Amino acid sequence: MKLQSRHLLGLEGVSKEDINLILDTAESFKEVLGRPIKKVPPLQGKTIVNLFFENSTRTRISFELAERRLSADVVNFAAGGSSVSKGETLKDTARNIEAMKIDMVVIRHSSTGAPHFLSRVVQANVVNAGDGQHEHPTQALLDMMTLREKYGTLEGLRVCIVGDILHSRVARSNIFGLKTMGAEVSVCGPETLMPRCIEEMGVKVYNKLEEIIPHVDALNVLRIQLERQKNGLFPSLREYHRYFGVTKEKVDRAPKPITIMHPGPINRDVELSADLADGEHSVILEQVTNGEAVRMSVLYLLGTSN
Amino acid sequence: MKTQILDASALRRTLNRLAHELVERNRDLDLLVLVGIRTRGEFLAHRIAKLIQSIEGKDIPVGVLDITLYRDDLHGRLDQPLLKSTEILFDITGKTVVLVDDVLYTGRTIRSALNALMDIGRPAMIELMVLADRGHRELPIKADFVGKNIPTSKTQEVMVMLSEKDNDDAIYLIHENDDEKEELQ
Repeated sequence: MKLQSRHLLGLEGVSKEDINLILDTAESFKEVLGRPIKKVPPLQGKTIVNLFFENSTRTRISFELAERRLSADVVNFAAGGSSVSKGETLKDTARNIEAMKIDMVVIRHSSTGAPHFLSRVVQANVVNAGDGQHEHPTQALLDMMTLREKYGTLEGLRVCIVGDILHSRVARSNIFGLKTMGAEVSVCGPETLMPRCIEEMGVKVYNKLEEIIPHVDALNVLRIQLERQKNGLFPSLREYHRYFGVTKEKVDRAPKPITIMHPGPINRDVELSADLADGEHSVILEQVTNGEAVRMSVLYLLGTSN
Repeated sequence: MKTQILDASALRRTLNRLAHELVERNRDLDLLVLVGIRTRGEFLAHRIAKLIQSIEGKDIPVGVLDITLYRDDLHGRLDQPLLKSTEILFDITGKTVVLVDDVLYTGRTIRSALNALMDIGRPAMIELMVLADRGHRELPIKADFVGKNIPTSKTQEVMVMLSEKDNDDAIYLIHENDDEKEELQ
C-alpha cells in the first residue's frame, strides 16, 4: 500500500483508496496517542520544516506534535521576523530549505497554489497546511475521520457545511473529499458568502438553515471571520447569528440528533451556540484529537514512501 | 516446489506441547500474558491461551502487537507495509510477557517487537515463543519455546498456514530452486 503522490497538496483528485489508506492508518495512530509513551520511531532521522507564512497556532501545534511523535526533527519557521519580511521570494526560501537538507515541508500560505509551486521546486515532500482560499486537506481528512468513526462509513452520509463558504479552504477540501467518499454534501450560508457556480462541485446550496436541518446527519459549522463584517459581506454579527447561527432551537427541529462539527476556534454564540458546542452531539474536541492522528498518518505515509 | 513439514494434527500436537512447556516454566499464571505479533502470531497466541485454559482452567490475557512503526526497513521499500493497531488492553508492567510469532528467522522482527513492548510498559520478563525456527539469525536473539526447528537455506521460504487466515493448518518449506545447494543452518 502506498499513496499515489509524494505530496499532499489538496484533496481534489485524491482517490478513494488513498483517502481510505490515510484514514485507516490514522486510526492506528490514534491507538499510539492513547499510550503512556506517545512516541514511535518511523521518521527518526527525518527533518521537517513547518513553513507558516500565515498565522496559525492550532494547526502548527498539531503538525508539530504529530512530527515529534513520529520522532522527526522539527524546525519552525514563521513569516513574521523572518527573511520573508526582508523581501525574500518563496523560490529563494525554497532553495534555502533544499540546501539545508530538509526531508519534508509543511506549508501554510495566504496565496493559493504556494504548496504546489514549492512541490515543483524542491525535492522534499510537501504537505499543504492551508493555501489561500483553496484547500486545507488535513482539516478535511480529520473531519472525515471523525464522521467515519461515528457512522462507520461516509457513503451516503448527509453533511452540510454552514457559513462563509466563499473564503473557506476547509469547505473546499471537505467537498472534494466527502464527494469522493460518496457522501451527500450541501452548503448553507448568506448569498454574499457563497462562491459562484458552487453547484458545479456537486453540492446543493441552501440559503435557509431551517430548510436543510431536517435532512442532514452532520453540520460542519465554519468560523465567521470577524474581519469580513467590515467588508460589508453581512450586516451584523447579530443578524448573522439570527439567520445562520446554529442553535439548539433550530437543531432540535430535526427528526434525529445532528452531529455538530467546527474546525475552531469558535466564536461562541455567533456561528454556533455555546450549548451545542459543549453538547452531547458535539464532536469538536474529537476533531482535534483526530487531527493529530491524521497528520501523523499523512506524514508517516509520505515520509516512509521515498 | 513445496514440502510439507507439519500437517494439521502434528501442528496441533506441537501447540499442545508448547502450551504445556509454557505452563511448566511459568508457575505464577497470574503474571503471565501473551502478546502475538501480527498477523499469524496473533492467532497462535489465542490458540495457546485456549490450550492453557483447558489445561489449567485459567484465562490468560492476549494482546496483539503491530511492529510496523518499529521496523528497520521502513524506508526504501517499494511497498509500504499497512499499519495496523496494537491492541494490548492490559498493563504489561511487572508481567511476564510471552511474545508469540510464527517463524523466527533473522530476529529483526523480534528486535522491533521488543522496542515496541518497551514503549508500552516495563514487563518483569519477556519470553519468546515461535512455531518454527528456521535459523539464519542476524541479531543475538533466541527463542525460549520452539515448536519446530527447520534447517533451511536462505533461498527457501517457510510458510505457516493457519486456519484463521489460510483455511489450512500446516507448515511448508518452499524451494525457490532445487539445484541450489546452500549450506543448511
